[in-house]
Amino acid sequence: MTFQEIQQKAKAEWDALYHGQIPHILIGTATCGRAGGALPVVEAFHKEMARQGAKANISQVGCVGLCSFEPLVTIVKPDSFTVCYNNVTPQIVPTLVEGYVLGDDPCLDLALGTVEGGEGEAVRIPELMRFEHEVRLILRNCGYINPEDINHYVASGGYASLANALIMKPEAIISEIKASGLRGRGGAGFPTGRKWEQCRQAPGQPKYVICNADEGDPGAFMDRVILESDPHQVIEGMAIAAYALGSGNGFIYIRTEYPLAIARLDIALKQAKKQGFLGKGILGSGFSFDIEIAQGAGAFVSGESTALMYAIEGKRSMPRPRPPHSVEAGLWGRPTVLNNVKTFAYVPLILQRGAEWFASIGTESSKGTAVFALAGKTVQTGLTEVPMGITLNELIYKIGGGMRNNKQFKAVQIGGPSGGCLPAELLLTPVDFDSLREAGAIMGSGGIIAMDTDNCMVDAARFFLDFIQKESCGKCSTCRIGTWHMLDILNDITTGKGKLGDIDFLVELGEDIRGGSLCGLGKTAANPVFTTIRYFRDEYLAHIVEKRCPALVCKELIAYYILREKCERACEHCVLTCPVKAIASDEKGIKVIDQTKCTKCGSCELVCPKEYNAVTRLSPPSLLPESSDKKPG
Amino acid sequence: MEELRQQLAEILTPQKKERRHVISLLREVQQKLGYISKEAMQLIADFLEIPGSTVYGIATFYNQFRFKPLGKHAVTVCMGTACHMAGGRLVLEAMARELEVEVGDITPDQEFSLDRVACIGCCALAPVVTINESIYPRMTPPKVEEVLVTVKPVVEEKPQKEQAS
Repeated sequence: MTFQEIQQKAKAEWDALYHGQIPHILIGTATCGRAGGALPVVEAFHKEMARQGAKANISQVGCVGLCSFEPLVTIVKPDSFTVCYNNVTPQIVPTLVEGYVLGDDPCLDLALGTVEGGEGEAVRIPELMRFEHEVRLILRNCGYINPEDINHYVASGGYASLANALIMKPEAIISEIKASGLRGRGGAGFPTGRKWEQCRQAPGQPKYVICNADEGDPGAFMDRVILESDPHQVIEGMAIAAYALGSGNGFIYIRTEYPLAIARLDIALKQAKKQGFLGKGILGSGFSFDIEIAQGAGAFVSGESTALMYAIEGKRSMPRPRPPHSVEAGLWGRPTVLNNVKTFAYVPLILQRGAEWFASIGTESSKGTAVFALAGKTVQTGLTEVPMGITLNELIYKIGGGMRNNKQFKAVQIGGPSGGCLPAELLLTPVDFDSLREAGAIMGSGGIIAMDTDNCMVDAARFFLDFIQKESCGKCSTCRIGTWHMLDILNDITTGKGKLGDIDFLVELGEDIRGGSLCGLGKTAANPVFTTIRYFRDEYLAHIVEKRCPALVCKELIAYYILREKCERACEHCVLTCPVKAIASDEKGIKVIDQTKCTKCGSCELVCPKEYNAVTRLSPPSLLPESSDKKPG
Repeated sequence: MEELRQQLAEILTPQKKERRHVISLLREVQQKLGYISKEAMQLIADFLEIPGSTVYGIATFYNQFRFKPLGKHAVTVCMGTACHMAGGRLVLEAMARELEVEVGDITPDQEFSLDRVACIGCCALAPVVTINESIYPRMTPPKVEEVLVTVKPVVEEKPQKEQAS
């Protein structure tokens, strides 16, 4: 079959599904959808349609990035509007089947809004504020196509760029990528076209193409969503890269913590091979290329390019000094191009719409869009794709919808453990490779965590250092031992044992680690500490001098206390919930916490009914009223 | 050892007889046995014709490999950034307390094992816990007990019924 024939067949199938006689139900079953309970919803639809005798096509799709609304179900109906329902449970499925699959009632009271049609009757999802600020390029298909059916991708224009590329000169492809200004999306932002060119020119065969899907940054999940929702664009991008470099072998190194992404990628690779987009003589040309999945085994440092290659070779993944660079001597000492999932995903689009179009999006030095995983304390969490250069402020308030529970914004952590925490004063910082680096953070792979006044910045720094210390591969002593010392000091500070000289010592140690470590992990290990000291020094001082945690987080510096005037005596929620039985009633029936037993788990505060709100936290614990020392009688 | 060799025969196949497959061999062995024993490491080493210490070095380098069996219900608490900010540590402590087991260990009846994971990428639903394949979003210490009850009943109900009859 020629590519045109494949495309025609796929488009016909797609039309039958979307514009056919029966409704089409799309259910998001990426990992976040599943965590929200999407699989029982799929089952409920099958069962309920059989029971009510309804007919519809059901497609399991990926994630549109509205994680807080999962599970999401979209019903496309011939001659009517397309409605999207949020937080769907199996209990409301019968209503939806009866109302909109069989009947004509779109059940708008259960809907998030309409996707197509229905003007004036309900919220139009594409007009939601967050989408106005988004530009969806590599997320365009996520949540709309079935990632396990290659025809969906082909029908939406997929693999056309590969077909075109195969009649182009490899050099022409590389100049197109160079002209687009695409920079690597793994975090460092190296120009992609230049990397490809260097590898193409490097002597030695075979050459390798590697996709880095070892998304190890805690708080980042963009690559997972892309691979779970639209894996073929990554495969197509890799095939184009391979053609441009003259490579016949590719690897996708993916972390083993992403089982669904691995499964969907595996299906996608098999289908691409069957359709002739991979394998020998791709689409009738003389070009052959194959991709193998290499699964990681849980090591953050594997995300570093030289370390990742050792992992594929079956060794301990420890970084090595550069030069030689991977483009000259990478996997098994051969010229290798390694790019991030997102970088490859942009490639088919750039070839399809042209370098000029891509370069027109974004800023002077950072072209195109950036995909962010928004998590933490914003109203809306999830995935978003925005033009480079958008401000942090817009990301948090326009797309994230501001802070949850009307709490005050305190800091945004960007770039994972190698990034930094930026305060409110820097919210107008544009999000691009260079501006973020200037502010002390990095673009990283794109995890953004918004923190409010309930988050302790010293604890946040301690958390990242704890992570880095555990993940340090141990090759460089500055990183192996230095991070250990830094963590020791931070542990002291957060437990009330900090000393005045600690802050300066932390900075000194951090600088030594930066200077004496080989790879990015070590060089950036101290970034979270540097930025929190730079922007939140007063919090460090409160911990060290006053033994007080202003955010009421650090366990050793706080005490739980039940306000006597607020405690509703007849209520026993806290008493029954306390896991260590530290709460009892006094002679007046008011609940009292036995501080000697309290483990500070916070359960009592969580279960105390909102209307009483009697449980409070005090810091330092010396603020406790004297009477609370007494054991409850 | 001979029994183990037979058990692993379907994993240690000729097409995997290359050094680069060592991590995937370790993973498959772990899937089959639930953990990687010293003997299994030696078998892999013999198969690939590399020293046992090399296999040990690789297995202990990566976090995903475990050297103790996994519980029937494998509880993993996510300790990613988003989970930490939302109280993941309190959830982990509550799990350890409820199950009476240390992190990285298994209950004496082999029912539950407790581990931490760096991040499973469900940050928007933090804090999360996984028990075998199921994901439990937005956990809190009080919810820990509720979740464990839904997993446990099969184990606990039986003896009660016998007593009643």
